[in-house]
Amino acid sequence: MNLSLQKDIFVSFFRSSMLGYGGGPSTIPLVHKEVVDTYEWMTEEEFGDLLAVTNTLPGPMLTKMAGYIGFRIGGFAGMMSALIASVLPTVLIMIFLIGFLIKFRDSSIVQGMTQAITPVVGVLLLLLTVSFVKKSRNDLGWINAGILGVISIIFYAILDWHPAILIAIFILFALFKKAPKKSDGEES
Amino acid sequence: MKELWELFLAFFIPGIVGYGGGPASIPLVEHEVVKNYGFMTTSEFGEVLALANALPGPIATKMAGYIGFEVAGLLGSIVALLATVVPSLVALILLLSLLNKFKDSPKVKRMTAYVRPTIAVLLGVLTFQFFDTSYESAGIVQTVFLAIISFILLERFNIHPAFVVAGALIYGAIFLS
Repeated sequence: MNLSLQKDIFVSFFRSSMLGYGGGPSTIPLVHKEVVDTYEWMTEEEFGDLLAVTNTLPGPMLTKMAGYIGFRIGGFAGMMSALIASVLPTVLIMIFLIGFLIKFRDSSIVQGMTQAITPVVGVLLLLLTVSFVKKSRNDLGWINAGILGVISIIFYAILDWHPAILIAIFILFALFKKAPKKSDGEES
Repeated sequence: MKELWELFLAFFIPGIVGYGGGPASIPLVEHEVVKNYGFMTTSEFGEVLALANALPGPIATKMAGYIGFEVAGLLGSIVALLATVVPSLVALILLLSLLNKFKDSPKVKRMTAYVRPTIAVLLGVLTFQFFDTSYESAGIVQTVFLAIISFILLERFNIHPAFVVAGALIYGAIFLS
């Protein structure tokens, strides 16, 4: 096993993960810099292809990219190096920090912190919601996005379906629907 | 054993239906962790989410690693992480050549597009829950005040979420304790 290659794989994904704020998708440019510019493991075009394919599959972005790139350049060991580097450091920080907070859960200071953080999380989620609404509108237009949105509200918020079932139905619908044009706004 | 199986399912399902990367799977994880299995309350989930947002790296794995650890220790952490990472990675490695052929197919592109409105609704419901929880614990005045301030800081001044979260924690430690 080529240890210096394993070390490079580890370092490149460790850096990408530790410097990428805002979740996996925002770390992609950092991964690109390491993989294409710094270490030249892939060409620009290969990376673009991989990114496109990664986008067609569900699940977190960074671990898919890390696992695949590590596997391609360093075999199974490379895959493990890349995955551990992307996941482990931030998980350990989480466990340590929250463990600290929970230890002092009954103190009024920690309770105050908890109260103050809840509305901020609400705002962060609101902004994420808005970005999904905007992307939906850009992809589908107001009418189609609105129809899918209303269907989702009815089945999820009112009828209490499991969201996974709803999403699976929409995925199948996207795969088996015939006309790909935007003009069909009456699919409900 | 039952807990580990539940943990596996709680992260496996968001991992395979969460299109659009880790952030899109947050409301799905919340559904499993809070509603389905009752591992945590909404406000505990909120603390975890706030810290996960304030720290670097992928969101989904931070959540999985931590929640797994809290529910069932080290083994739980490993199970939740594997359930999050492995299915989509295996699919990618096995299907890469096949997927390469279809990546520009309009059907595949539509899949992500069709799922987005649902994710938006899930996120919207989750947003509402957080404001509701906040209203019950901190009261209407603090909730509105903190929400407006953090909105302005995040949107108008483009302050990084990590600083806004840190600021809120300090504010809470001093003024709400």
